[in-house]
Amino acid sequence: MAEQMSGAEMVIRALKDQNVEYIFGYPGGAVLPIYDVLFQQEDIKHILVRHEQGATHMAEGYARSSGKVGVVLVTSGPGATNAVTGLTDALLDSIPLVCISGQVPTPLIGTDAFQECDTVGITRNCTKHNYLVKKIEDLPRILHEAFYIASSGRPGPVVVDIPKDVQFAIGEYMKPANLSDHQSYKPHLDGDLGAIEESVNLMLKAKKPIFYTGGGIINSGPEASKNLRELAKLTGFPVTSTLMGLGAFPASNSQWLGMLGMHGTYEANMAMHECDLMICLGARFDDRITGRLDRFSPNSTKIHVDIDPSSIGKTVHIDLPIIGDCNRVISEMIRIWREKTDKSRISEIADWFKQIEKWREVKSLRFENSDKIIKPQYAIQRLAEATKDKDTYITTEVGQHQMWAAQYFPFEKPNHFMTSGGLGTMGYGLPAAIGVQIAHPDALVIDIAGEASVQMTCQEFSTAVQFRLPVKIFILNNEYMGMVRQWQQLLHGSRYSQSYSESLPDFVQLAQAMGGKGIRCENPNELDDAIKEMLAYDGPVLFDCRVSREENCLPMIPSGKAHNEMILPETKNIENVIDEKGRTLV
Amino acid sequence: MNAHLQPSGSAYFITKPTAKPERHTLSVLVDNEPGILARIAGLFSARGFNIDSLTVSETEHEKGLSRITVVTVARPKILAQIKLQLERLVPVHKVHDLTEEGEPLERELALVKVAGTGENRVEALRIADAFRAQVVDASTSSFVFEITGKPNKIEQFINLMMPLGLVEVVRTGLVAISRGAAPM
Ligand SMILES: Cc1cc2nc3c(=O)[nH]c(=O)nc-3n(C[C@H](O)[C@H](O)[C@H](O)COP(=O)(O)OP(=O)(O)OC[C@H]3O[C@@H](n4cnc5c(N)ncnc54)[C@H](O)[C@@H]3O)c2cc1C
Ligand SMILES: Cc1ncc(C[n+]2csc(CCOP(=O)(O)OP(=O)(O)O)c2C)c(N)n1
Ligand SMILES: [Mg+2]
Repeated sequence: MAEQMSGAEMVIRALKDQNVEYIFGYPGGAVLPIYDVLFQQEDIKHILVRHEQGATHMAEGYARSSGKVGVVLVTSGPGATNAVTGLTDALLDSIPLVCISGQVPTPLIGTDAFQECDTVGITRNCTKHNYLVKKIEDLPRILHEAFYIASSGRPGPVVVDIPKDVQFAIGEYMKPANLSDHQSYKPHLDGDLGAIEESVNLMLKAKKPIFYTGGGIINSGPEASKNLRELAKLTGFPVTSTLMGLGAFPASNSQWLGMLGMHGTYEANMAMHECDLMICLGARFDDRITGRLDRFSPNSTKIHVDIDPSSIGKTVHIDLPIIGDCNRVISEMIRIWREKTDKSRISEIADWFKQIEKWREVKSLRFENSDKIIKPQYAIQRLAEATKDKDTYITTEVGQHQMWAAQYFPFEKPNHFMTSGGLGTMGYGLPAAIGVQIAHPDALVIDIAGEASVQMTCQEFSTAVQFRLPVKIFILNNEYMGMVRQWQQLLHGSRYSQSYSESLPDFVQLAQAMGGKGIRCENPNELDDAIKEMLAYDGPVLFDCRVSREENCLPMIPSGKAHNEMILPETKNIENVIDEKGRTLV
Repeated sequence: MNAHLQPSGSAYFITKPTAKPERHTLSVLVDNEPGILARIAGLFSARGFNIDSLTVSETEHEKGLSRITVVTVARPKILAQIKLQLERLVPVHKVHDLTEEGEPLERELALVKVAGTGENRVEALRIADAFRAQVVDASTSSFVFEITGKPNKIEQFINLMMPLGLVEVVRTGLVAISRGAAPM
C-alpha cells in the first residue's frame, strides 16, 4: 500500500527519491510546513541564503558544475519574485533547476491575500514549465515530473508552486515512475541516421571545415566532450566554441581556435567567415556569435546538431539539420567515419590550417602590459598560472572581466566554467561559486568578478562564511562598469553617463565584516604573492585587484559589422569604427 | 548560402523580410489544464507572433484533451518557429498546420442582431433565408440571426445587414478540421 503523508513530507521525500543532497532556500510563512519537515531529517541539507536570487544562482552553479538538478526552495510573494531573475537566467542558459515555492492556501488564491502573487503567471514565460498544485493527489506526480522535465531534453528551470493547505493535506505518496512515455513531452534524442551519414560525407569532402561547438555539449554530459575530442582527432578539423561551451574542447589542443563571436579571437571568427563546411554542435547561432547575419559565413554549408528543433534555422539558414542529443549524434558520426575511413583529413586540409596560422599570427589577444599598474588580462594570466595544477572551477559576473576570463583563462575540462551567457546577469558569479563549491567541496572555486557586479549579490559572501565554503572572489576592480564605459566610448562620444563606480566599499573591510578574508593588490610586482596568499587561505576571500581603469576588451566585432571586420588591439580611434546605424543596436 | 537575407548593419540583426506573409490555420491538441490558454496566448505575445483568431474547447473529455484552433498570419520562417515553439510547450501534444496539409474545412458561427421595421425588416429576413441563417430570437422590432459558414460568408452577411439596422455581432472565431478519414 502506498504510504500516507502530508504534502510537506512528500516534498522532502520526493527530493530524497530524486537523489537531491542540497537545496538552496529561504523560509517564510507559505513554506513553514516544508521547513518543519526539513528540520526533522538529515538527508537533505539546506543552504540558507541571504536573498532568493542568490539561491537560484547557487543552484545554477551547483547544477552546471555537477550535471545534477539544482533545487531551490522559496516562500510565496517576494520569495518567488526574487527568484525570477535566476529562473530566467537558467532558462536562457539551459540549466536544470527545480524551484519549489510556497503559495497562499487555495481558498485564498485570487484574493490579494498576504504575500500572494501569481507565481505561475509571473514565471510562465521564464521557465521551461511550471505547475500550481491544487490537489494533494497531484503532488507526487508533479514533483517527479518536474525533475524529469528540468533535466531531460533541453534542460531548464521548472517551478512547482504549492499552496500551504496542500502542504498540510494528507495523501498517498508515489515513488518516481518511468516518465519517458510521457503523453505530450517527448525529447528527441537520436539523430536521423541518414542525416548523420550525410554529414560525414560532407565532412569527408570539405576543404575548409570547422566545428562550432556550444553549451549543448556541456548539457549533453562529459561523454559528449570526450567524443567531441575523439571526433576532432579523427577528422583533424579545427574547433571553436561559444562562451557557453568553453572547456568541452581543451584550450591546450593545437586544433583549438579560441572562443568565437563578438569578443572571440580573430582566427576563430575569420575561420567561421571563410569556412566551406560549418558543423555546429549544440550552439544556437546567438547574435553575439553571428554579427551581421547577411554576411555570416557566406560560403559555407551548414550542419546543425541540436536537441531543440526550434533552435535550428531560427536565425541562420541550415542546410543539414540533425535533431538529437549531441553525445549520441557525435558517437554516430565517429562510428560512421570509422566505417568509411581510418584516415584523418589533416593532409587534405593543410592549406586551411596554413591560412588559420596566418590569422593566428595577428595575435588578437595581445595587450600592452605594464610594470606600474596591473592589467586585467595579466591578472587573469597570473591567476591561471597559479592555479594550473589544481582542479579549478571558474565562475564570472558580467562585463569586461567575464570576457577576459573567457579569453585568457585556458579551460581544459567541461563543467569547469560557469557564466551567465544568455541573460548576462550581473551578480551571478559569487552565488554560483558557492553552488559549485558545495558540489565540489575539495576543488578550488574562483569567481572572476567586477567591482560593480559583485555588489549585486555580495551579501552571499556571508553564506559562504556560514557554510565554510572557501570560495575566492577575485575582483578586477577598474572602478568602472567597464563594459558599459567601453560601449559609451565606442558609441556615445566617451560620455561616461553613470558608469563610474562611485563610493565603492572597502572590499577588504567588507570581507572582514562578514567574517572572511580581504586582500588588496595594486602593484603588478606583488600580484603573484597576493594570489598565493589568497589560495593559501582556507576560507572565503574577497580579493580587490586594482587594475587599469580604462582598458578596453578587445578584439571585438562592433555593431553592424561582420566577422571579418573586427576591431583589433592595434585599431586606432575606435570611437569612429561604429557607424550611425550600428549605434542604434547593442 | 545567406543570399536570401538582406543587409541591415546590425549586431541585433533585423532581417528585411523577402517572403510574403501567409495566413495559416493551426490545430493544436493540448492537455485541458488550468492556464493552458494563457500559456499559448503568452507564447504568441512574448515572441511577437500574430493571432488573427483563437478558439479553444475541450474535445476529448475522457482523455482531458482540448483543441485550440489558431489562425495566424506570418512569413514562412516565422510560421515554422510558431509551430516549433508551440511544440516545445509541455502540455502540447500535437500541432498541425491544416493549411499546409490541404484545404481544411473551416467554419465560424456568428450571432447577428438586427433592429428595424417595415421594408428593412422584410429584406433582412429575405437575406437571412438566402444565407441559411436561423432566426434564434425575434421581437416586433428586432431579430437575432444565427449563421455558420466560412468567415467570408459571415463577413458578407454582416455587410449586407449593415444598412438594414445591424446592432451587434458576436463571432466564435474559426474552428477547422482536415478533410478525409484520417484524424489529426
Ligand atoms: C557581455 C557578454 C558578451 C558576450 N560575448 C560573447 C562572445 O563574444 N562570444 C560568445 O560565444 N558568447 C558571448 N556571449 C554569450 C552569448 O550571449 C550566448 O549566451 C552564447 O553565445 C550562447 O551559447 P551557445 O550558442 O553555446 O548556446 P546555449 O545557450 O548554451 O544553448 C545551447 C544550445 O544547445 C542545445 N542543446 C542543449 N542540450 C543539448 C543536447 N544534449 N544535445 C544537443 N543540443 C543541446 C540547446 O537547444 C541550445 O540550442 C556574451 C555574453 C555576455 C553577457
Ligand atoms: C543586472 C544587470 N544590470 C545591468 C547590466 C548591464 N551591464 C552589463 S556589463 C555592466 C557593467 C559591469 O561592471 P563590472 O561588474 O565592474 O565589470 P567590468 O565590465 O568593469 O569588468 C552592466 C551595468 C547587466 N548585465 N546586468
Ligand atoms: Mg568594473
